Amino acid sequence: MWAHIAFWVCAVGSVVTGVAVFRVDSMARATFALLASFVFAAGTVLLLNLAYLGVLVILMMIMEMVVMVVFMIMYMMNPAGLMPMTMVHNQKGSLAIAGAVFAALAAGIFLIPWPTSGEPRPEDTTRALGEALMGSKMLVMMVLGLCLFATMVATVVLAAHRGRYDRYGDRLDAKRPHDPVRGGLNR
Amino acid sequence: MVEQLPFWGGLVLPLVLVLLVAAAAAWDSVLASQAAGSRNGALIEPFRAVAGLLVQQRRRTLAADLLLSRGGALALVVAGFLASLVTPLGRWVVADFSIGIVWFNAMEAVAWAAVWLVGWGANSAFGLIGGYRFVAQGLAYELPHMFALITAALGAESLRVADVVAAQDELWFVVWMPVAFVVYLLSVLAMAFWGPFDQAVGPDLAGGASAELSGVDRLLFEAGRWLLLVSGAAFAVPLFLGGGAGPLLPDWLWSLVKTAAVLAVLVWIRRRVPTVRMERYQEIAWIVLIPLTLVQALVVSLVVLAR
Repeated sequence: MWAHIAFWVCAVGSVVTGVAVFRVDSMARATFALLASFVFAAGTVLLLNLAYLGVLVILMMIMEMVVMVVFMIMYMMNPAGLMPMTMVHNQKGSLAIAGAVFAALAAGIFLIPWPTSGEPRPEDTTRALGEALMGSKMLVMMVLGLCLFATMVATVVLAAHRGRYDRYGDRLDAKRPHDPVRGGLNR
Repeated sequence: MVEQLPFWGGLVLPLVLVLLVAAAAAWDSVLASQAAGSRNGALIEPFRAVAGLLVQQRRRTLAADLLLSRGGALALVVAGFLASLVTPLGRWVVADFSIGIVWFNAMEAVAWAAVWLVGWGANSAFGLIGGYRFVAQGLAYELPHMFALITAALGAESLRVADVVAAQDELWFVVWMPVAFVVYLLSVLAMAFWGPFDQAVGPDLAGGASAELSGVDRLLFEAGRWLLLVSGAAFAVPLFLGGGAGPLLPDWLWSLVKTAAVLAVLVWIRRRVPTVRMERYQEIAWIVLIPLTLVQALVVSLVVLAR
């Protein structure tokens, strides 16, 4: 009973705040409406007794949205919502794509013969997850980790305004780097 | 050893936290009046300030985003309470989650968003800069903080706070994880933007993120900040200081005594250490603290594997 109520609160809340992302015209509000949507979605994960994954979604989404709001405000034309603007572009095309994707996913729910297992649920789902990640899925996770790390390094290298020659001179022989902002270690 | 309280535990927890906040604020006020050389009425000064804020009329800035700024202040308070759900007081805990440490971390992360929201919502340049300062500071303290939490969980081989307390029966974690303990305290200071890490609300910005707050809004914001500090100090006790373990006194009293001691140190540091700019702390955090905490975690995991 209570689980049903909680599920519908989370489900409806997630959709409503998801719609709000495109209805509000302030980038700050749009970002935090998206955060609310993710937190509601995490609620449904918690209802599946996947405590670790659910709380992790909340934790990571808060951090991601705080970083994202900085970029949203930096790049969008109307960060504070003081001028009229719309978050929706290519309305007809995106409506068609969204409708098709929704129909395909919804059809999948009903058409796919989902596997059922007679086995009891694992006692500790966090441990089961950890064993899967560190056992049978280890190779996938390691490749994934390497790719993500390489992407991050490459992006920073491409985006960095100043390189080591700017910091340490053309011959890289400066004792102290020439930085516009000094760090805490006085290097 | 640690048992979950029935539902009324959730009603008692706010009272305990508010008492701790009141005690800490009074102690801070005494320290401030000592530094100023006067002694009269320092103990009741925080309560007078609360009463003043309650009756003060709220100021508004032009085109302020009230939903976001008030929501941010409220989120700060709620997160401060929710973070302490998993902190045991002696044998009692409000919620004995199997992933208590991750829960605590998630609730603290709310502060990162909340301070930015308060700073942004006021539509004021000082508030905005203060909010962005806190976002930058978060990039510095969050990772070492997470590694410190993980180290304690590694030592107990569990994310449940009760197991972490039980694992310290023989030896407190602070003894063989001193680096994680110090880094944990540093990040508690940073996430409550307290002491050396108070640039987000610094006087050089006329109050930064809280520059435009008044009345109940300011009361909520300040209360949330104190609650975060108290919650962080209280969580250090089950994490590193053996929970309620101790001779003679009952275990709930030991929890309180240890929490008060950690809290007293954190409050005292504010008067002793000058403000550290967040870009300086950034370099210290990434070049010194993260490698240190990683080595600490490595040592702990080797010990866990070997025993």
